[in-house]
Amino acid sequence: MTAGLSTAAGLTGLAAAAKLAQRYGLVPPDGGGLYGPGATLTYAAQRLLTANSLAREFPKSLISKPPFANPVAPLGAEFTRLQAAGFADWRLALDGMIARPVSFSLSDLKQLPVRRQITEVVCEEGWSYIAEWIGTPLVDVLNAAGVLPQARFVVYRSFDREWWESIDMADALHPQTLVTWAMNDGDLPVTFGGPLRLRVPRQLGYKSVKFINQMTLTDSLKGFGKGLGSAASEVGYSWYAGI
Amino acid sequence: MPEAASLGNPPSQRHSVFVRVTHWITALAFLALLVTGVEILISHPRFYWGETGNSLTPPLFQIPIPASRASVPTGYGYVLPDQNGWSRYLHFQSAWAIVLTGLCYSLYGVWTRHFRNNLLPAKPDRSLRAFLAVLASHLRRKPAAADDALSYNVLQRAAYLSVIFVLFPLVIWTGLAMSPAFNSAIPAGVNLLGGRQSARTLHFFISGFLLLFLAVHIAMVMLTGFRIRMRAMIIGTVPGPRERL
Repeated sequence: MTAGLSTAAGLTGLAAAAKLAQRYGLVPPDGGGLYGPGATLTYAAQRLLTANSLAREFPKSLISKPPFANPVAPLGAEFTRLQAAGFADWRLALDGMIARPVSFSLSDLKQLPVRRQITEVVCEEGWSYIAEWIGTPLVDVLNAAGVLPQARFVVYRSFDREWWESIDMADALHPQTLVTWAMNDGDLPVTFGGPLRLRVPRQLGYKSVKFINQMTLTDSLKGFGKGLGSAASEVGYSWYAGI
Repeated sequence: MPEAASLGNPPSQRHSVFVRVTHWITALAFLALLVTGVEILISHPRFYWGETGNSLTPPLFQIPIPASRASVPTGYGYVLPDQNGWSRYLHFQSAWAIVLTGLCYSLYGVWTRHFRNNLLPAKPDRSLRAFLAVLASHLRRKPAAADDALSYNVLQRAAYLSVIFVLFPLVIWTGLAMSPAFNSAIPAGVNLLGGRQSARTLHFFISGFLLLFLAVHIAMVMLTGFRIRMRAMIIGTVPGPRERL
């Protein structure tokens, strides 16, 4: 009797919590399925706990020498051509829920506010390194493009179109989310995602997509791929990677 | 009471339904955490101390197994299949299950005085001498006393209290200290441990102690009467005095 009542109360409570989470945008795009409850609990709890918190920044003395990057597959002839021209023709194009479609060259981006931050890259495999990252805060790029108020996610894609990710506006507007074009003492090396990498220091490394050249502002992730929010989610990795 | 015994040797209540349910949820979640933890570990079986560490930095130690990623210098010529995706999903879902269950259990333990009455060693047992006496009888492999089926001895109490109040809090803390988002909210959590790689290494060792507890726990259940102990943790009762021995 008591067990039955408490089970019923528990289920009602869970249903109510799920409804509230849905309403306040606390359910991640991969929040369905077998591992949905865990993914949702993590995302919801951290959205409430870490809304404006800053990722740890480190002194220069802690910069890893040398830094480590997983090797990437060759990116093809077109990338080689762009690289030979010093990435002068590289463009970051934005579309979707913005005032008008717009694209930025690397020198356009460098005209916007610059931020330097020494943060850690944390790979889901377990390893990590610290580097100084220099770039334009994504929030300044979005302001220059004029984001419409209904936008809820930024979808961003690599030059390698198989590789795409998305973040919510809490991370997109976060001051440390950086459209990165330089690292330590020089341009961002291709091994580390050059010429342009989105660094999301409050999440695992796989959210920091290398070679980004396209972004879409959207109010729903349903129309992108399988609707799980990223290429990583489609091969079984959590969309939200703040852990 | 001879009448009661002759009337049918009635069973006595051992574990409350709350303890039994939380015990088995914890057991299941811990098993899932263990398996997925090993899977995650395989992707980089090297351990470091401090804030950072990777394939280019010297490890504190490394487990001599092949890795599931080609970029790790293991010395083996092959790469194990990558199981990190579902392992990570299940690891964190089980972590939620175990933390929420542990929270309910802790509230229950304080509220019903379960901790004070059943886990805190009884007054006469709160001495090194009492502890050593029980330890000695275990080492001499004396059979369990009859009343051991009805209440924990001081050795068990010490083991359970260390697991509940030392190892579990530590494994949760060191786990959370690997979360970049959690660390942004509460940086002291990781900084106090000496950095993220230290947290990872400590998480590994504390999990090892928990595994050691699990092995001893299961061995003791088998040695002291598997059927009686399992019955007590599943249906909650122990047989009457005549069957107990």
